[in-house]
Amino acid sequence: MTAEGLAVEDLTVRFGRGARATTALDGVSVTVPAGHTVGLVGESGSGKSTLAKAILGIVPAESGRVLLDGTDVSGLGRHERRAFLRRVQLIPQDPYSSLNPRRTIAQTLAEALDPAWARVRGHTDAITSALEEVALPADAAQRYPHEFSGGQRQRIAIARALITRPEVVIADEITSALDVSVQAEVLRLLARLRRELDLTMLFISHNLAVVEQVSDEVVVLRHGHVVEAGTAGDVFTAPASGYTRALLAAVPGRREEGAPLT
Amino acid sequence: MAEPVTATVPAAPVARPGRLRWNGALIAGTLLLVVTGVVVTIASLTMLESAEGLSPDVAQPASAAHWLGTDDFGRDLLARALVGAQASLLMALAATAISMTAGVLIGTAIWTAPRRIREFALRIVEITVSYPELLVAVVLAAILGAGRWQLVLAVALANIPATARLAANLSGAIHQRDFVTTARLTGVPRRALIGRHLLPNMAEPLLIQLAASFSTGLVAMSALSFVGLGVQTPDYDLGRLLADALPAIYSRPLEVVGPTLLILLLSIGAMLVGDGLAAAADPRVTRRAPSTPRPPVTTRPAREQDSSASPATVEVRDLVVRRADGTPLVHGVSFDIGRGEILGVVGESGSGKSLTALSLSRLLPEGLTAEASRLRIAGTDLLGRPTRRELADAVAMIYQDPGTTFNPALRMGSQLTEVLRVHRGKSPREAREIITGLLEDVHIVDPPRLLRSHPYELSGGMRQRAMIAAALAARPSLLIADEPTTALDVTVAAGILRELARIRDETDTATLFISHDLGVVEELCDRVLVMKDGVIVEELSREQLRSGEVTEPYTRMLLESVPRLSATPGVGA
Repeated sequence: MTAEGLAVEDLTVRFGRGARATTALDGVSVTVPAGHTVGLVGESGSGKSTLAKAILGIVPAESGRVLLDGTDVSGLGRHERRAFLRRVQLIPQDPYSSLNPRRTIAQTLAEALDPAWARVRGHTDAITSALEEVALPADAAQRYPHEFSGGQRQRIAIARALITRPEVVIADEITSALDVSVQAEVLRLLARLRRELDLTMLFISHNLAVVEQVSDEVVVLRHGHVVEAGTAGDVFTAPASGYTRALLAAVPGRREEGAPLT
Repeated sequence: MAEPVTATVPAAPVARPGRLRWNGALIAGTLLLVVTGVVVTIASLTMLESAEGLSPDVAQPASAAHWLGTDDFGRDLLARALVGAQASLLMALAATAISMTAGVLIGTAIWTAPRRIREFALRIVEITVSYPELLVAVVLAAILGAGRWQLVLAVALANIPATARLAANLSGAIHQRDFVTTARLTGVPRRALIGRHLLPNMAEPLLIQLAASFSTGLVAMSALSFVGLGVQTPDYDLGRLLADALPAIYSRPLEVVGPTLLILLLSIGAMLVGDGLAAAADPRVTRRAPSTPRPPVTTRPAREQDSSASPATVEVRDLVVRRADGTPLVHGVSFDIGRGEILGVVGESGSGKSLTALSLSRLLPEGLTAEASRLRIAGTDLLGRPTRRELADAVAMIYQDPGTTFNPALRMGSQLTEVLRVHRGKSPREAREIITGLLEDVHIVDPPRLLRSHPYELSGGMRQRAMIAAALAARPSLLIADEPTTALDVTVAAGILRELARIRDETDTATLFISHDLGVVEELCDRVLVMKDGVIVEELSREQLRSGEVTEPYTRMLLESVPRLSATPGVGA
């Protein structure tokens, strides 16, 4: 069976060596079918960011496989690996550290298309349409990151990830550094892009409500183990694991049923 | 470098980040270097004959024809000094160019190398840095032999380690940033990674290093030539000229003036440029800080004399927080907090909520000033000059990040009992007993063990509980909690909120609870102020917030932005 999309099978990641080794991921399996968004929830230290890094090869996996469209990506050569990294794009958490302050937005976007030379000329149309996609004006291209707010920077980071038309997007806590109103704006943007571009996305967040809003399926991670996985509806309404129930109960300020927002 | 997109580029130059801010030292240094450089260059083109040609005017004193006199061969001493200065200048430039290029290449390449090679190379650089530059230059010059180029090479090599270490430290910090990770994942080649992402972001400190190594290089070379390890006759540079002048210092003291003056001018010029660049790179230097942290507060007469009977623990009237240039950041905020009440302040970044809280604890960042017509916490008038002790009695704070509130080098015990020992004069044993009780109150399972631990051994939630216990130890009238749950996981945060609610119920401490999270505020606070751009836009009771009875469009927008779990276990989607 060659499933379309991204699959992680029985992935184990350990940091350190010998007696001091800690297991960050212990036999984790996650499937992101093409066109779906899978939310990855967990508290700090649960291994959610490590999973993203292991998929991209930033941290080495001890055992297990990462499959893209059914192909194991661990045995890839230099060129194929590079191609894989274009097909899977990461949107980092902190919009203040993800853009080079000394390069214009056009130069940053051009680099994603043309890593070796980062020439803006020849990519102008692609840059304009990428900015349009995230609802930024075309003249944003000549400006520098410091001229934008946090929310706008995060839009640029999203545009940067989408400009290569990746098959899978990994969004690592992309709204945690933002104010709620800006977070809402970015989530609306993501919802629209999911519809329009039929995105396949692994959405990592500690915020259950945010995950519920964007995900088709949800995976709950704790201490490097998957404690629960299922459709968003099932996991949030009828959680099978006690840990998920505790997580849900801890969310502050849950509106009482039917309370109107008048 | 890629060119900007054509056609639509505006005529006005785009404001670049970190544009050069000229300052006094930078202007003076640049002027000094440019003028000296130009004079020396012109002199070396026009005065070569009088500097090197022999003439019958031997050993003359200063005159209109020879401003500094002549030497034993009848050569004009001013001309010699200027021409020699050109040699020194060029040699210093060459040495600086070599050491900067090599140092920066080594420093940045270290960080693109695999981990093992990197660790090894970093240790090597650190070891080489520990040898004094001048000493290394002396040894190298002695090994390489005398001569211009040997001298340049010796000084350049001696300067490389310092530059390499600086460049390695700088690029190490930049490597942590996400844009470098993304660029690597994208497949940006190593040279482009260095040229595009590393070097541009290290420019300012490297420019400062450039000026410094020019200045030290010039002095080092002059010193080496002076002791005979550098330039040899018939060539000459400033150091050689000084050495030549030394034997005749009693008969012709004027001879040392030229070279000395030029060494001074060039090195001071370079130092000033370095200082100026350092100042220009630091945005805090150019901003004028007020001479006193808090100028006299406006003495507007209190509008109503209601203070005596007021039940409120905290009274704030017309609080204005200003930047040093007078721009107000908080515009006249007024509120009360009652005994045993939790007042929530919500708002997004830049709303002024934290500045309001910091004015109450008198911990405003440097450069900001607070004014108010009334600012009282339980009988302590903050507009007067409360002593540290009064302030410690009145206010305690809990911060956002429990990871940075404690000193990592000290055990929790000494940090948590500090307030009791220093401000309350309790003995260590008493302080320990009190704090143990408080830790039990905030549900720490084994207080003695926590007191023995170092902060890193504790989880974020435990540190935050310990922080609350320490804050309560002083029995403050007001507890300010600035985003105390933001850095914590939801399950841990829920526990902290329960503690704060318990404190309200069991003590009469007033709490000012700052948060951006409406869900948290709704759960905990009795009353809520919504702030936006330094103004309170709405005051709500908890019930109003819960039921969504808000009138301000901004508050409504905030409420609607909060992502909420629509599905609840057992209720059905």
